[in-house]
Amino acid sequence: MIESVRTGGAILFVALGLFFTFVSAVGVLRLPDIYSRSHTASQADTLGAGFTLAGVALVLGVTPVTIKTVLLLFFIFVTNPTAAHAVARAAHEEGIEPWTTDDDRTDRDLFAAAKGTAAVETADPGEPGPAGAEAEDVTPEETEPGDGGEPA
Amino acid sequence: MVDATTATVIDAALILVAALCLLCGYRVIRGPTVPDRVVGLDTIATNVIAIAMLVALKTDRGLFVTVSIVLAIIGFLSTVTVAKYITEGDIITRRQR
Repeated sequence: MIESVRTGGAILFVALGLFFTFVSAVGVLRLPDIYSRSHTASQADTLGAGFTLAGVALVLGVTPVTIKTVLLLFFIFVTNPTAAHAVARAAHEEGIEPWTTDDDRTDRDLFAAAKGTAAVETADPGEPGPAGAEAEDVTPEETEPGDGGEPA
Repeated sequence: MVDATTATVIDAALILVAALCLLCGYRVIRGPTVPDRVVGLDTIATNVIAIAMLVALKTDRGLFVTVSIVLAIIGFLSTVTVAKYITEGDIITRRQR
């Protein structure tokens, strides 16, 4: 009876780990900017690997290998959010702008802005409202993005 | 030690986690900036740790637990190193002010 409880718990833990790994992969693929992506990569992926390791430890029973597994679980719980924090901090110091909800740029525009070759139909990635209105009456040689030259 | 139902679940989990690693590879290839690629690689590293643990369960060998410990250490060190490289443009030497 205790054996069936252990097997069922292990299957449940592995399935939960698989679910959280799936959530993490969907977040890394579909979220709009680097900060939200590193957020989901730290949290959902830590939970996914943690549940999988817990299921493995449950199947292995009380052996020396289980001690290594639990130590690895604590190591992942400490280091994975630390690594995501380091990457997000590096992105912030690099000057990458976070995506906000009033930002209607698509993924294609963000990709073009990150490449440095802004798409021709989007006026200014920095300030959508006033810069788009100003962009009609500035001469073409004054259109540096981010500079905001005032044609007085 | 591992009965038939658990073995089937482990095989299915191995296939699915490997497929999710491939999907994260899309972000590594496409990702607009360098930190995006690093996040994708970090996710793949964590998934490979889970794969190594599942292989340890499938083959019933404790050797793969040691393998996944080494993978965890290398993944953490590489992510932090690339983050430092993005910020400072150098890894080992001190920042010149």
